[in-house]
Amino acid sequence: MGRKLLLEKAHVENIRLYDVYRREGGYRSVEKALKTLSPDQVTEEVKKSGLRGRGGAGFPTGMKWSFLAKPEGVPRYLVVNADESEPGTFKDRYLMEFIPHLLIEGMITASYALGSNRSYIYIRGEYAWIVDILEQAISEAKNNGWLGKNILGTGFDCEIYVQRGAGAYICGEETALLESLEGKRGNPRIKPPFPAVKGLWGCPTVVNNVETIAAVVPIINEGGEEYAKIGIGKSTGTKLISACGNIKNQGVYEIDMTISVEEFIYSDEYCGGIANGRKLKACIPGGSSVPILPANLLLSTAKGEKRMMTYESLSDGGFATGSMMGSGGFIVLDDRQCVVKHTYTLARFYRHESCGQCSPCREGTGWMEKILWNIENGKGKKSDIDLLWDVQRKIEGNTICPLGDAAAWPVAAAIRHFRDEFEWHVQNPQECLTKNYGLANYAAPLAL
Amino acid sequence: MTNQLNEMNKVMLQFSDKTMQEVQRIINFYPEGKQKSALIPVLHLAQQEFGGWLSTETMDYVASLLNLSPIEVYEVATFYSMYNLKPVGKYMFEVCQTGPCMINGSDEIVQYIYDKLGIKPGETTADGMFTLKTVECLGACGYAPMMQLGKNYKEHLTKEKIDAIVESCKSLQAQKN
Repeated sequence: MGRKLLLEKAHVENIRLYDVYRREGGYRSVEKALKTLSPDQVTEEVKKSGLRGRGGAGFPTGMKWSFLAKPEGVPRYLVVNADESEPGTFKDRYLMEFIPHLLIEGMITASYALGSNRSYIYIRGEYAWIVDILEQAISEAKNNGWLGKNILGTGFDCEIYVQRGAGAYICGEETALLESLEGKRGNPRIKPPFPAVKGLWGCPTVVNNVETIAAVVPIINEGGEEYAKIGIGKSTGTKLISACGNIKNQGVYEIDMTISVEEFIYSDEYCGGIANGRKLKACIPGGSSVPILPANLLLSTAKGEKRMMTYESLSDGGFATGSMMGSGGFIVLDDRQCVVKHTYTLARFYRHESCGQCSPCREGTGWMEKILWNIENGKGKKSDIDLLWDVQRKIEGNTICPLGDAAAWPVAAAIRHFRDEFEWHVQNPQECLTKNYGLANYAAPLAL
Repeated sequence: MTNQLNEMNKVMLQFSDKTMQEVQRIINFYPEGKQKSALIPVLHLAQQEFGGWLSTETMDYVASLLNLSPIEVYEVATFYSMYNLKPVGKYMFEVCQTGPCMINGSDEIVQYIYDKLGIKPGETTADGMFTLKTVECLGACGYAPMMQLGKNYKEHLTKEKIDAIVESCKSLQAQKN
């Protein structure tokens, strides 16, 4: 049984309510931080904890905080990225829905560390009912003196506001999110300047994922060094994984980063194995943008080592034979599934979500969708597979923001590991109209 | 006559007092002079209050309310997928069709809605009751297949659940009429 730092209390009855949350030890970290630590000491604890951004990029949070510019007389902002839109990812929603005060608690401490007197939660527009839950939690926190003026008599002022987006994956990219928060189209900005220097309304800003900010609570409570003891190497602490696809127990799991991928999939504590007695074929371990891996490379690295649920192990082998932790959106495909069709839905997703600023992404995502549709629907040629490879190569690295890369990687990995499926489609144009490829002739059956 | 019509439009396009309070509450989220930030939430309110979609008149009204030029509102309204730029039915089924939902049978859900209501994605039933829209990932991958209906998610969809949802929409509407 792994350690739970975020979701330990998530199922205490009525934990959404302030009184219950407080009784269970809530808001202790704010007391500790505001009364016994300086803002820089809070940042120092977060640095010591080794916490890495939980939104997908995995950048060290303490370092991000220490980059924040602090010019005299200019306000600074903390913005929480709750725009969770990466296919396969639904962990932040879970956290906000079940234990909203944890986010608010983490935000107050983080705002204190960063000197933000006005902090925002930017939440995807579709999570409309969660806005009510968060606003309820904020108003309770305020009524109990955790927000507002002169919090705990320390002279620190802080307000938290929730803003809804309106349906745009791109607004999860931090500069697009800031544009959206300013009431504009979600077009990513060219960096530099980075938000730490010029962010919201031109002021220094830190943008952090929901889970990242929630993790500040146990870090302050237990101390950064204690937190860093959990996990392996540079993968410290616990990580929320949202598991979906063809597994028995879909849902959100908090893991300490010490377990293997195999244990995560097959243990009854987590996914409980593949549903309906099928076999594992492939998996996208970190949200739709990261490379898909066939079962053999998922469970062990190319070097033959057991693959672990850590940042380093999941990316072992680079993109040739590895993948990424990403956002923790764990999508499992069983042996009936067709990788071409699945990749097509992802390509369609990225075409739909491209903001249109950069030609390689705007045009390239459309091309990838069309080529994949043709292949999936028996209209593909063998040369289309190479064309598809060529198009994704020309998107990657040639765009302002990482959406281009995110669109290219899943296509590249699908061709890299499942080229035979693409070839089967172009060689059997009639058959692929009536039958799914999913015949599991790639993944070897697992002895479990 | 034209003036009268304009006057009528103006009268029609006026947020209720309650909504105006909400608009003011949202504007107060932002530092002074940054009320443009309220645009996205206020457009949600406008869509909700003025028939489920954003007409040019509605967008112009929002522009005047926030002291923006109309183009600043149009460019935002056309960017985000939750804003409807054409009239939609009273109940909109927004069915997710991205990877994880597809694996769990979203295609069959879309097909079943077509069989039952005779509408394809993007279409509205003749009585103006239902619109079907396919959407990309809504962050409910573990509860697939799913759709958004108004403010809420309907998850783990089956044909039986679709039947029940359609019936409950109809009886809700009958109560309203």
